[in-house]
Amino acid sequence: MALLELQRISAQYPGAASPVLADIDLSLGPRQLLVALGPSGSGKTSLLNLIAGFVAPSAGHITLDGVPISGPGAERGVVFQDDALLPWQTVLGNVAFGLALAGVPKAEREARAREMLALVDLAGFAERRIWQLSGGQKQRVGLARALAAEPRLLLMDEPFGALDAFTREQMQELLLRVWQRSAKPVLLITHDIEEAVFLATDLVLLAPDPGRIVERLQLDFGHRYAAGESARAIKSDPAFIATREHVLARVFEQRKSTRRETA
Amino acid sequence: MSSLPVPLQAQSQPAAAAARPPRRALSTRWISTLTVLTLLALWWLVTAAGWVEPLFLPSPGDIVRKAASLLSQGYMDASLWQHLGASLGRIGVALLAAVVTAIPLGIAIGCNRVARGIFDPLIEFYRPIPPLAYLPLIVIWCGIGELSKVLLIYLAIFAPVAIATATAVRTVDPVKLRAAQSLGASRTQLIAHVIVPSALPEMLTGIRIGLGVGWSTLVAAELIAATRGLGFMVQSAAQFLVTDVVVLGIVLIALIAFALEMGLRALQRKLVPWHGKSY
Repeated sequence: MALLELQRISAQYPGAASPVLADIDLSLGPRQLLVALGPSGSGKTSLLNLIAGFVAPSAGHITLDGVPISGPGAERGVVFQDDALLPWQTVLGNVAFGLALAGVPKAEREARAREMLALVDLAGFAERRIWQLSGGQKQRVGLARALAAEPRLLLMDEPFGALDAFTREQMQELLLRVWQRSAKPVLLITHDIEEAVFLATDLVLLAPDPGRIVERLQLDFGHRYAAGESARAIKSDPAFIATREHVLARVFEQRKSTRRETA
Repeated sequence: MSSLPVPLQAQSQPAAAAARPPRRALSTRWISTLTVLTLLALWWLVTAAGWVEPLFLPSPGDIVRKAASLLSQGYMDASLWQHLGASLGRIGVALLAAVVTAIPLGIAIGCNRVARGIFDPLIEFYRPIPPLAYLPLIVIWCGIGELSKVLLIYLAIFAPVAIATATAVRTVDPVKLRAAQSLGASRTQLIAHVIVPSALPEMLTGIRIGLGVGWSTLVAAELIAATRGLGFMVQSAAQFLVTDVVVLGIVLIALIAFALEMGLRALQRKLVPWHGKSY
């Protein structure tokens, strides 16, 4: 099974005085859903871009099963904040795109794409055009597209950030079902505290200037949902509320301390 | 009592606004049609009343009769179809050559720093020069044959197509590129599956602009020792003061340009239905 390891990772944009990320150690293994939570400026998206291979770290090593990462690749699937689907292809074409790039024959890749569409509850949407979909449907196509290419792990950059609250909750539950069924490790970036606490098996809290990990938590609310408990029951559980308040307090603590530093 | 009219007015306004759009869509077409009909009627009126000499402006009826006679007898040893065919052939060959060369070059300029460094200043240097200014040079270099005529039109089409393509390639949504890369796309796959389709709407707009410029260069191109072509026909007729042929030629040139533009717009709607939609 896939194991992603980040060792003493730092990142700095060319020309910038201070690094966006400093000294990050992380690992992501099987059956994990790692959520990186942090305010804007804490380098969450930079972290994902490093792992996806879109940018190179200024120091440290990133390895997947011991092999160093050098550039983007199909073994790390990415779901983007805004869907990033290709409007000149149908929904089916988009989902099958990764397999088409890999040279999989048409019949085989379309069968696989239809399976993935069924997995994200979009079985009847194969022939639709991208502009005929709602925001939530587009994100589901984005998720199906990433999964169809059979990546070893899934990276998600604030995938539900642009959705309304109701759709977001549905998408969170869908993600947990898909994660449970596909058994792929997931790294999800978010600034939504409730979302982070609900989804994460492992939660890392990032603080800005420079981006660094200030707390790591192991949680089981996502497992409980996957085991059949309802989302509403979990979210109204005192243990869930206590965790959420704890994380919230930590975020505010960080913000106060950075304000004091700048003052 | 005094407050009553205000809500009433507020209520009636949105209702009127809701009812208006379909009527307005129809009326735009109607305004255009009425404008054309009014102009035709005015034209007919001033010629039928004898206010203008036929030498300066022949009547619409004369033009139609002239068109019929040109179709059967021709003008300057060539029928109207042959003049039309010669012009369309020239612009067709020039357009094909421009599309085949300008689009790959535009993609290269958009993707590659070295290609941009070499070709960007060259295109920007010759683009603003009016074709009539470098026409003599083309004649000196390439003679007075068909090549010079096509080359002049080709150069006029080439620049807008290459520039539109290069700009479109450079402004491809980086998120789409990253999405394809994270699905395992190689450099050539990125160009074929993401960059070219993304740039297609702007490429077609470039071709539309290029075709417009190319068509207006046609008359200049047919200054070079032509014996056939709409541009040649108009110029030659002007020298002999055959005003009806001049007007007929101008009308035909305008109608063909209009048909080309409408055809390309239809092609754009068919090829890139996502263009202008939020998705």
